[in-house]
Amino acid sequence: MKIVADVPSPLTALDRPNSYIGRAVPRPNLARLTQGRAQYVSDVVLPRMAHVAFLRSPYAHARIVKLDKSKAETAKGVVAVVTGAEMCKVITPWVGVLSHLKGIKSAPQYAIAVDRACWQGEAVCAVVARTRAEAEDACELIDIEYEELTPVTDPETALDPDTPVIHPELGDNLTFERTLDAGEVDKAFNESDAVVEATFIFGRHTGVTNEPRAIVADWNPGEQRLTVYQGTQAPHMMMNLFAKHLGLEEHQVRVITKDVGGSFGIKVHTYADEMATVALSKLLKRPIKFVADRIESFVTDIHARDHRVRGKIGVKKDGTITAFEIDDLTGIGPYSVYPRTSGIEANQVVNLTGGPYKCPNYRARARVVFQNKNVMCQYRAVGHPIATGVTEGLVDLAAAKIGMDPAELRRKNLYPDDAYPATAASGIKFEKLSHHASLDKILAMMDYKALCAERDAKRLGGVYRGIGFASFIEVTNPSAAFYGVGGARISSQDGATVRLDATGAIFIHSGVTEQGQGAEAVLAQCVASAFGVPIDRVRVVTGDTDNVPYGGGTWASRAAGIGGEAAWQAGKALRQNVLTAAASILQAQPDGLDIVNGVVVDKGTTRERISLDEVARICYFRPDTLPPGFQAELMATRHYVPRAWPFAFTNGIQASYLEVDIDTGFVTLLKHWCVEDCGTVINPQLVDEQIRGGIVQGLGGALFEHCLYDERGQMLNGNMADYLVPMAVEMPDMEIGHVVTPTADSELGAKGAGEAGTAGAPAAVMNAINDALRPLGAKPMTEMPFTPGRVLRALGRV
Amino acid sequence: MNEFCDITLTVNGERVSERVEARKSLVDFLREDLTLTGSHVGCEHGVCGACTVRVNGEIVRGCLMLAVQCDGASVETIEGVSDSGEITDLQNAFQTRNALQCGFCTPGMLLTAQDLLSSGHAPSRDEIREHISGNYCRCTGYHAIVDAVEAVAQARKGSRK
Repeated sequence: MKIVADVPSPLTALDRPNSYIGRAVPRPNLARLTQGRAQYVSDVVLPRMAHVAFLRSPYAHARIVKLDKSKAETAKGVVAVVTGAEMCKVITPWVGVLSHLKGIKSAPQYAIAVDRACWQGEAVCAVVARTRAEAEDACELIDIEYEELTPVTDPETALDPDTPVIHPELGDNLTFERTLDAGEVDKAFNESDAVVEATFIFGRHTGVTNEPRAIVADWNPGEQRLTVYQGTQAPHMMMNLFAKHLGLEEHQVRVITKDVGGSFGIKVHTYADEMATVALSKLLKRPIKFVADRIESFVTDIHARDHRVRGKIGVKKDGTITAFEIDDLTGIGPYSVYPRTSGIEANQVVNLTGGPYKCPNYRARARVVFQNKNVMCQYRAVGHPIATGVTEGLVDLAAAKIGMDPAELRRKNLYPDDAYPATAASGIKFEKLSHHASLDKILAMMDYKALCAERDAKRLGGVYRGIGFASFIEVTNPSAAFYGVGGARISSQDGATVRLDATGAIFIHSGVTEQGQGAEAVLAQCVASAFGVPIDRVRVVTGDTDNVPYGGGTWASRAAGIGGEAAWQAGKALRQNVLTAAASILQAQPDGLDIVNGVVVDKGTTRERISLDEVARICYFRPDTLPPGFQAELMATRHYVPRAWPFAFTNGIQASYLEVDIDTGFVTLLKHWCVEDCGTVINPQLVDEQIRGGIVQGLGGALFEHCLYDERGQMLNGNMADYLVPMAVEMPDMEIGHVVTPTADSELGAKGAGEAGTAGAPAAVMNAINDALRPLGAKPMTEMPFTPGRVLRALGRV
Repeated sequence: MNEFCDITLTVNGERVSERVEARKSLVDFLREDLTLTGSHVGCEHGVCGACTVRVNGEIVRGCLMLAVQCDGASVETIEGVSDSGEITDLQNAFQTRNALQCGFCTPGMLLTAQDLLSSGHAPSRDEIREHISGNYCRCTGYHAIVDAVEAVAQARKGSRK
């Protein structure tokens, strides 16, 4: 392990000429994005294209007793009005279960509700018209009557015998349950000097991508092919699902992903309205476009979190943590989301809680229940903010109870940096982490002692500031253990195809996708470095299932670590091929040559032997001049999947410094720090910006974001005026630092960084608020978001 | 009231005469009728700022203004200010600083930032944060955007000396 400066720093092992590894090269696609020349799916227009609007259930749970579409069918511009029953003839329903989540169950979900709507916002009828406005006009002409059914909304009572069962054929409202009991938990609590218990509540929130979900489906009966333009993170996964449920072969489906206006895990799932749009294109034999409006986004984009966790920690007087225990309950809506299921977040909570700490005694139960609210599924940092919130909240409460500095208590219990490989009490495996180096670094960055002194001095003047830490671990670079072993056709491997074009430039086609993270820059960096060309000679192609290697896409912080390694290996393979061709031309030995700065040179020198465009010219246009029997191969493909470890765990620590106005309850974020270890840093600027963006998404959940529902299952704030998202004025500057512990599972050694910010930020804020309010004797705050009203209630002021 | 209205306006310096639905928003008119897709639709109720354009020199929400209200007006979009070179320094700073990720908010963010910078003084970080707080960015966490705008403010101040 080595600690690097935050400025770009090329890594020795990879520091060839043209090494872009470790450098903040700009992303190749930025200029057009700043000029309004992007092409998002919402911008796509095709000949004969029609638009679909959906009539959606106003009730959380209702039977459709009458649906008369005759008036709508004759309205201006209308092409077709299609009900759920009619839709069933084109597309089959799906069930969101995976075999490795033992016992998980769900009911068939339809593209459009048939007979019964199970959440407010579920589509009950589709109207296709020449324009979206006309389709919406005609929706109002559908004569529909509902019989309202009793909604199940409170997870706490979802399993009670007198609560209606949403899907009677399943027997109860339990989707999934997991229990775990490791070590000797009861004995450990009995031998503790202090035991602290608390209940943590994480509000339901959602992704609010700036571009809503968008899809254009184009079934061409002449070709018997379906082309789908979709803002998705997983084009091959969607190709498989469209084919499967429309009764097509996979090769009949092409998914094209152009610019995507934000994803964050929102755009990696199967949505009923998108499946309906694809089916409508097949039914009507023309392109159909659907773009969710903002209100539709709030009631149909997956929601996340909404966990209630009872937690318990035991601690000795000297600060040794003796045991953790949690009981997690989460409500996921009426269906487990397909195909990744809605059991993963709770499963992650069980896996990750207590994860940074060397403590063998751990007991957990997680229950996932159905309810009549919008569906929940995996959103950025799946499960991490909950596990980190509970763990770090308990650690700080324990520190306060025994009167120990929270940084010291962490130092006492974090896995030592020389303890690896290690297996946590939950069974997760760590290759090598750097908790202590990270802790030391963040304390130095924030000048912890001086900050504590400032906080204490302010308190004397009646200004209440707090400091909060959150150590965390993050799941990245998932192997097949995440989804593949459970039966989902979601690729954990990814491929890269690299070719030398006729003028000496390099094309790379990759199975990972770009939604703004900078994946295309990272791919270009890896190929340019491995091959030996200036980066502006590399052209990156992603997001087209007809034209890129089969792959998983971009989610679970896998694009750089997995897609980048495939690109690196493909670049090396092509380099060897080109050197072989050059050697053949020059009548030299390939291993006596090298490629530097786009030129073939004598190895170890900069003496030019032949330029790349000359190699390409000869191989493509004058192969007759090459030795007999020699065939140049100017294209190479390599694939990569992590094999040694199921996941490449990363680690880090965040700290929040904030001020609480005890009269109004408002929290002002003053500064935020994060030190994280994602292994080899391919592009320090992109990593830092992933961390910063992730932190702010976590801060949103901690302070503002909350999908408010009433007891009838009605979402009360489904618009951007009432659902609060972080805006610039409320957000702090964020200082990011790194520790570098490469994974040995790949040559590059890169792990993921996309979710670390979101994983730790809410816990850091929670601990900082409680630190600020502790001298006032406030009740510890453990229910997110920490709104002004809740702060005042904790202070006993309202 | 007529369902359709005839309007004549200037868009990015070009004179445009169109018949539009009276209910059509300015941003839908720009995107659908004029195929200027650089202005984006994020929330359609004036909160997110992705549809920000300039009308007669002032930044407005393209989703809160009707196309018919722009009869006789001069409208400028991201395409226009890009082609004219007015904000090249700002665009370069956003690229250098990676002050955009998915880019969906960027056209609106740039026009809003230019609105602040065109006042002539070099704003503080707090002033920058305040001014762009009607523009929602889900990706960056804003820090890099503030850095980029601050850098351009300093550079423009320096070049005026």
